[in-house]
Parts: sequence; C-alpha cells; structure tokens
Amino acid sequence: MAQDWIDIGATSAIEAGMAATVPVEGGEEIAVFHTMQGQFYALVNKCPHKAGPLSQGIVHGDSVSCPLHNWRISLATGEALGEDKGCTPSIAMKVEEGRLFLSRAAVAATRTQVPQKAC
Amino acid sequence: MNAQTAVKSGDPAQTAERLVVIGNGMAGCRAVEEILARNPARYKVTIFGAEPRVNYNRIMLSPVLAGEKSFDEIVLNTEQWYTDNNIDLVSGDPVESIDRTRKIVRSASGREEHYDKLLIATGSDPFLIPIPGADLEGVVTFRDLDDVERMLAAAKSGGDAVVIGGGLLGLEAAHGLSLRGMKVTVVHLMPTLMERQLDEAAGYLLQSELESRGQTILTGANTKIIHGVEGKVVGIELEDGSRVKASIVVMAAGIRPATGLAKQADLECERGILVDDNMVTSDPAILAVGECVQHRGLCYGLVAPLWEMCRALADHLTDTPTGYHGSVTSTKLKVSGIDLFSAGDFSGGEECEDIVLRDASRGVYKRLVLKDNKIIGAVLYGETADGNWYFDLLKKEEDIAEIREGLIFGQAFTQGGNTLDPSAAVAALSDDAEICGCNGVSKGEVVACINNGAHSVDAVRGTCKASASCGSCTDLVEGLLALTLGDEVEQGAATMCGCTSFGHDDVRRLILEKSFKSIPEVMQELHWSTPDGCSKCRPALNYYLLCAWPGEYVDDQKSRFVNERLHANIQKDGTYSVVPRMWGGITTPQELRAIADVSDRYGARLLKVTGGQRLDIFGIHKEDLPAVWADLNAAGMVSGHAYGKSLRTVKTCVGSEWCRFGTQDSTGLGVKLEQMSWGSWMPHKFKMAVSGCPRNCAEATIKDFGVVCVDSGYELHIGGNGGIKVRATDLLCRVDTEEEALEMSAAFIQLYREDAHYLERTAPWLERKGLEWIKSQLLDDPATVPTLAARFYHSQQFMQDDPWAQRVAGDRRDLHSHLGAIGADQLEDA
Ligand code: SRM
Ligand SMILES: Cc1cc2nc3c(=O)[nH]c(=O)nc-3n(C[C@H](O)[C@H](O)[C@H](O)COP(=O)(O)OP(=O)(O)OC[C@H]3O[C@@H](n4cnc5c(N)ncnc54)[C@H](O)[C@@H]3O)c2cc1C
Ligand code: SF4
Ligand code: FES
Repeated sequence: MAQDWIDIGATSAIEAGMAATVPVEGGEEIAVFHTMQGQFYALVNKCPHKAGPLSQGIVHGDSVSCPLHNWRISLATGEALGEDKGCTPSIAMKVEEGRLFLSRAAVAATRTQVPQKAC
Repeated sequence: MNAQTAVKSGDPAQTAERLVVIGNGMAGCRAVEEILARNPARYKVTIFGAEPRVNYNRIMLSPVLAGEKSFDEIVLNTEQWYTDNNIDLVSGDPVESIDRTRKIVRSASGREEHYDKLLIATGSDPFLIPIPGADLEGVVTFRDLDDVERMLAAAKSGGDAVVIGGGLLGLEAAHGLSLRGMKVTVVHLMPTLMERQLDEAAGYLLQSELESRGQTILTGANTKIIHGVEGKVVGIELEDGSRVKASIVVMAAGIRPATGLAKQADLECERGILVDDNMVTSDPAILAVGECVQHRGLCYGLVAPLWEMCRALADHLTDTPTGYHGSVTSTKLKVSGIDLFSAGDFSGGEECEDIVLRDASRGVYKRLVLKDNKIIGAVLYGETADGNWYFDLLKKEEDIAEIREGLIFGQAFTQGGNTLDPSAAVAALSDDAEICGCNGVSKGEVVACINNGAHSVDAVRGTCKASASCGSCTDLVEGLLALTLGDEVEQGAATMCGCTSFGHDDVRRLILEKSFKSIPEVMQELHWSTPDGCSKCRPALNYYLLCAWPGEYVDDQKSRFVNERLHANIQKDGTYSVVPRMWGGITTPQELRAIADVSDRYGARLLKVTGGQRLDIFGIHKEDLPAVWADLNAAGMVSGHAYGKSLRTVKTCVGSEWCRFGTQDSTGLGVKLEQMSWGSWMPHKFKMAVSGCPRNCAEATIKDFGVVCVDSGYELHIGGNGGIKVRATDLLCRVDTEEEALEMSAAFIQLYREDAHYLERTAPWLERKGLEWIKSQLLDDPATVPTLAARFYHSQQFMQDDPWAQRVAGDRRDLHSHLGAIGADQLEDA
C-alpha cells in the first residue's frame, strides 16, 4: 500500500517569508509557503482571480498577496480575504523531523478537480 | 524678501495705544504674540527689524548650516501673521535713535514712529576678539542667516575652516561646516570644550567623539593673529607660534548684550539693559526683553528664559502683572548623533556630593551634583532621556533623599516602573514640568492644548508650539497625546498602510534619526500592529532602508514585488518578459543577434520594440531566466530594469551627430545619463530623455528628467509623466555644459530618492512639494547640488551591479527552481 504522505523536501529549503513550487505530473502545480512565524502551508499555485502564481506573491502573516492584482489569499484556507471572493484549494501537509510532506490524496485530487470549484 | 520691505497693514485702530518693538527676533515677536493672546485690541504694534526678513527660529540656524533644514522650515512668523494681526513690520531698517522726551524712534532710513510703550529686544552681538586680522574677508560670526550664507558660500569650494570657540555655538558651526565637506579645526581657549556646561569627563567624551568624526580640536589654545593675503583670510597663528590653514574663520567666542541703542538713550545699563521684574527699564515707558537685558544681575544666552520674560512682560502690559523671577537654564547640543544635556551648577565644592555613572562600552556618562539632598547640577552624556526629569527636580528643589539610591538610573527605575514604557515616564511628570525647551511649553500647557482639540502632533505644534522647533521632544508630545486621548490620537499625514500609525515622512525621518537598520527593527520600534507588515509597507520599508544606508543595508528579497525579485516582468500567464538595457536606444548587430538567438533557444513567443526604445522578449519561464541572462550577459548586455522602481530608459534622438537641426550630442548625453544612473533603486520608476533641439523628438518634456538641447546649452526639465495622467515637465534651469547637466540630474534624482514617498512618481511628488520648493532645494545654495550628487554617486557604487550577472553566477538559485516534482507514479493508486 502506498504511503499517505509524499516527502517533498527539507524545511530548510524554503526561507521564512518565501514560497517554493512543486509541479505535479498531470495535475496542478503546488505552492508551499513558509511564513515568518515558522508555519508551513500548501495551496494550488493559482490565484482564484485570474490564476496568478501565488508562490510569487509577498507573504505576510498568514496570507499571501497575489503578484498579478494584489488579492490577498489566506494560506490556511485558500480563501480570498477582504472584499474579494474566491478560493484556491489548500493541500493538506505536515512537517516531521525537518521534512515537508504533502497529502497524497490531496495532491492526486488536483489531477481531476477544477481548482476554482474545489472548495 | 530682501532689502527693505515694509508690510503695511490698513486700518490702524485709532484708539489703541502704540507699541513699538525694536528687534524682530525671537524675544521681540514672542512678546507680541503673548500680548496678542491676552488682549489683541490693546496695542497697535510696529516692529522694526535690522534683518531684511520675517522672524525665524534663530536656534535652528545650526540645522540650516548642517543642511538638515531649509530657511522656510525655520520661519516662525510668516508675512501673513504680521498682516493678520495688523502689525506693521519694518524690516531691513534698524532703529538708530530713541527720543525719550518726544517718545519717538528713528530708523536708518529716516522713518519716525511715535510710541506710548517701547520694547527693546535687540538681542546680542557676537563678540569679535580684538586681534590683528579680525577684519579680514572670510572672518565671520554665527548669529543670523547672513552669517550662515557666508559660511555656506565658503564651504562650497571645500578646504579648511577654523572655528574659534568651543562652546555650543562654535561646535554647532564646526559640525555644520564639516557636514558641508570642510576640514574643520576648533580652537578653544579653555582646557575643556563647553566648559560652562560640561565637566571634564563629559568634555572629554565629547572631544573624542568629534575627533573621531574628523574634526581637529585644539584646547588650551589662544589665537594670536589671523593671517590674510590680499585682504582675504588664509589661516590663523596661535600663541605658541603654530599655524592652522583656513579659508574661513568663524568667531564664536561669545556674545555681548546689544545695549548700544539703550546706552545712547541714557537708559541704565551694566552688562545688559537693567530691568525690573516686570521687564521695565529705568524709563517707565520703555521695556526690554531677551538677551539684551540684565535681570537681577544676570544676562541669559538661551531661549528658555526669554519665554518666561515675555510672559511676565505681557502680563504687565495687559495690567495683570505676575513678575519674572529669574531662570535656571539647561543646555542641549544640537549636533546629530551626540546626546548631551547639562543643567545647573556642577562645579562641585565642599558641601556638594556627586553621583556618577559610567558605562564605557556604551559611551555613557552621567553625573548628578547634590547639595542638602537636592539636585543642583546635572551633566548627561550619551543618554539624556532623563534630562527633563532631573531638571524638573532641580528647578523645584525637590528633596531626593528617598529616591537617592536609584536616582542616577533614572525616573523609570526609581519609580519601580517598567523601563520599557515611556508613557509611564510622561505620566509621572508634574504639570509644570517643561516639555519643550525651545518654546518654553510645560506639560500642563500641552495637555490643555490637546484637550482643546489638538489631537495630533502637527496640531500641537501648530497651537502651543511644543516640539515645533528642534523636535527633540516629539516623543514626549506623542506620549502626552496617547496619555490624554487614549486611542483617539489623529495622525498628521496619511499613514503608510494599515499596519502602522506613522506616515511615510515620519518613517523616513525616524529611520535616519534612530539609525534603524532593518525591517524588523523598524516594525518593533515603531509599534507595527501586524507581525510582519503587508505587501504595501514591506517594499516601502525595504526601499527606505536601502536609500538610507547604501552599502550597508542588505536588500530583503521577501519584501520585493515578484518583478524585482526575479528581475523580469511577470505576465498574465505566469511567464516572464526580459528587457536588456539598450543604452540611449543604441544597439549593435551583435546585440541583435544575441537577442534573436535567445528568443529561438528559449521559445520566446514575441519580440517587441517597446515604447522605451528597446526590445522586449516575451514568454520566458522562471526556470529559464538565468540561462537567458547568461547568454545576454555574454553579448555584453545587462538588465534593463524594465520591472523596477528604478531607472528605466533614457530615450534619445539622433542629435547633432546626424540631424540637420541638432544642437548638441543628445545621443551621447543620453548614454552618459543612463550609465550614470542605471541600477539605482528609487521610490518609483524613473525615465529620462534627451532631445537634440526644441523639436523634442525624444519627448523629453513628459519625462521625470528631460533634457532639451539648445544652441547655448541644455535646458533641464523635471516632473513630467506620460502615463495615466499626462503632465508636461517644468523647467528647472538651463546649464552650459554636459557635466553640469549630468550633475544636476544626479542631484535631482537623489533629492527625489531621499524625499518622495514610495510609489510616488516625480510628477505627483513635485505637485505635492511645489516646484518652488524643489527649485530652492537645488538652486538656492550652490553647495547642495554637489552634495546631493555626491550622495547619489556614493550609493551607485553599491547599486551598479548587474542583478542578472549575480543570478547567472548562482545567486538565489532557489528562486528559479522547483522544490521538487511529483511524478504520476507517486500518485497512481491514491
Ligand atoms: C513594455 C512596455 C510597453 C511596450 O511594449 O512598449 C510597457 C509595459 C508595461 N508598462 Fe508601461 N510600458 C512601456 C512603456 C511605457 C511608457 C512609454 C515610455 O516609457 O516612454 C509609459 C508612459 C511614460 C511614463 O511612464 O510616464 C508607460 C506608462 C506606464 C504606466 C503609467 C505610469 C504613470 O505614472 O502613470 C504603468 C503603470 C504603473 O507603473 O503603475 C505602466 C506599466 C507597465 C507594465 C509594467 C504593467 C505591469 O505592471 O505589468 C507593463 C509591463 C509589460 C511587460 O511585462 O513588459 N506603464 N509605459 C514599455 C516598456 C518600456 C521599456 O523599454 O522599459
Ligand atoms: C546658531 C545659534 C544656535 C543657538 N542655539 C540655541 C539652542 O540650542 N538653545 C537655546 O536656548 N538658545 C540657542 N541660541 C540662542 C538663541 O537664539 C537666543 O537666545 C535668542 O535668539 C535670543 O533672542 P532675542 O530676541 O533676545 O535676540 P535675537 O533673536 O537675536 O533677536 C534680536 C533681533 O534684533 C535685531 N536688532 C538688533 N538691533 C536692532 C536695531 N537697532 N533695530 C532693529 N532691529 C535690531 C537683530 O537683527 C535681531 O534680529 C542659539 C543662537 C544661535 C545664533
Ligand atoms: S498600456 Fe502598458 S499596462 Fe496597459 S496593456 Fe499596454 S503594456 Fe500593459
Ligand atoms: S490573478 Fe491574483 S489577483 Fe488577479
């Protein structure tokens, strides 16, 4: 039986306040965020507005500002904050002994679901 | 406002008594303000001033000399004030005689004015040591704006300066001149600097600090002769025969009360004009205030006592006499980066005890002199926050026996308070504790003015004037605002963003004043309300820090918008466009070949000529960027910063090389401008252009900085914008040579870099500040352009490093690569 978690790399590979990308064969690219407070989150790397790459936004607190038109997206829920409406699927993940793991089921789901409708 | 001007107001109230004031200085005008505040209709006022200008804050001449303030910023009463209050100002026309029997004063121009009450506020004259050479050209004093202008003119050509006198005035002059680029020697007769305010230990700390800043300090040195050649000063000779070279000598050896006029009118004088507790002289119709008076045997040389005198005077002239009873004074030195406070008597003696605290590693020295359990003197160096508190205890002659043990550690410590809570310290001050020394405002007065509706620092400054001068008490005023209003404190300017209550200007000022060196430090010290800011304030702070500390501050990639982080423009599909620099719009076959090759190799989907005279390569993936740049670098091309809040393009036309109308080499100048300024980070993008003649084919008049060449030279235009809101430039000036055009451009850029708010283009900036302000910054004083330009060149040393080459060399690989990839096989049976 395959494991439930996929090891994608070391926590130290992402500087606090930045994000890194993980392409998924046949699925959506995933953005993994490391906040300044030390939390890690994963979202599909597509803004609910016009699919801007969220991994390239400015991370602040528990949110990221999209690089294209500055929508603010919650890292925990993937939901647009403030006046804007929309949601990006968030990918369950865990941190163990300095390694980052993505939920295999959540990653697999990006291959079949249209991101905008996923949440 | 030069030469003689007379602001004449209509409708002099017929019934009012006539009050004539001699001296349009700090005391004279303050006295009038105090009278108006009590009874605006009582007197019809005429003020004579020897200086050809309105009243300004004399103590701020030091920051003006040092380049930290402009004259406009230190004006206390504008022309409007005189008009609004129906005051006749006769400036640039000194009073020459007083006829006490006819009650008339007569000015140099022959103007006569009758008075019912006469107020003499003539201040002091600088003391010129009577030595040979004291009358040479280049020997100046430090008393008024003309003196500052003379010093600035001398500083313009650099060289050596000698300041005679190591007191407050001399050291501020020396500081200003050395900031202006002169090599300064201070010659002081006594063994210790500022010996009237400092003891030996503090004097020593001060001297070593000044020496480490490059000044030469000669103590125990007596000037014998000032040498000159052809009537101009070349240096000084000391008693011991040694000589010091100088193209300017500042005499700051002391002041003498200006009593000439009073003596001539037979008023009783000793060192100063004798006055009683109501500031009345030996003639009951004549009063005097300020540095020219002698009260109970004392003459004063600081402003705080003047404010008290003016209050007593106004009380008396409006029939509610309260009387002036003398002042105890305290001193602060206005030299940036040096904290020094002194008050009272610290000469020590038999019955006195000292409490001393030294912390060598932090350069702190504190000494309190006690007598009969009271503080009689205080000297603080390096840490002066408790100065006001000690001074308050001293003035009130408070018994300190109970708090003696912790006294030297300061107010917070003795009150068992939390040292980190500044509002506790403000709260603990008594109502009559002085908050603003410059303007003589007590805590009670500030609180009253807040309760009357002044709900921001600006409003407080505008009403009771606290912190309106040197600003060193701004913290205290802010503390009082917070204390009095709780959460209702209004901010003067709009705040930077929702994370802070500070506006852009305040943040920029505080970064410099408090030497904040990192984003977390700014956020911590300025009480940011979010843990790490937002996408608005982070890039702004990153820029402000970069601008403030060139070569020192390390750019924070996390606070950069993606384009500036990846040095390319993000497109709607998440790919990037790449624009290499094409200096002045010129290219070569090799460059074009390299661009073509790169486009083929990395599958660019579009090659486009931009509106900025260069080529844009579209559709590059972030992983391929370093490889694309490597190829472009190899052909000699660097980043065009088409993505940056930085210099974009310099558009040019063909100019005199080819064009039949061209007057100058516009292409060549464009290339030089671009080479000088590429790579610099700015508040917003910055575009330049050079046109070879007024036909203006390069559209220079809608650029941030545009040059239009003409037969006789170069017209320099600023503040244009072709973007969302079109704005044509304003003409800044015309210069003769290419070098001058380049230098002016550097100075203008630096002024913009240092003053504008983040994301403010030059056009809105210019409109906010006013063309006149920008012109006066760049044109009034010939020393400022080289100074600003020098700061720009200095920062360019660290900026002109091609960001593409750094990435090609392996810098920040993580930004261009994936963390990992997930293959289909890993997901198969999920
Ligand atoms: C590529 C180019 C259009 C072109 O194909 O010609 C261009 C493209 C963009 N311009 Fe521009 N501007 C380009 C010349 C201009 C010009 C013409 C000029 O420079 O002479 C102007 C008017 C002149 C001016 O700035 O005063 C211009 C005024 C703007 C503005 C409005 C600025 C303003 O102050 O109002 C913006 C919006 C902004 O900056 O906020 C903008 C923004 C943009 C952005 C950066 C939009 C964005 O934020 O993504 C576009 C990026 C496209 C890309 O990915 O490359 N662009 N843009 C030109 C690049 C010039 C270069 O070589 O660097
Ligand atoms: C560079 C500098 C820095 C200083 N720094 C500080 C400081 O940090 N703290 C501090 O407390 N004090 C400081 N002082 C001292 C302070 O400026 C003075 O105490 C204060 O200005 C005195 O006010 P006043 O009105 O008596 O004299 P002034 O402000 O000098 O005003 C007198 C005015 O009368 C005019 N006048 C003279 N004769 C005539 C006449 N016959 N007819 C018409 N007008 C006449 C003069 O031109 C002058 O404008 C500083 C002074 C200088 C020069
Ligand atoms: S005008 Fe400028 S910002 Fe607008 S679409 Fe064209 S390139 Fe983009
Ligand atoms: S695509 Fe993210 S804000 Fe528009």
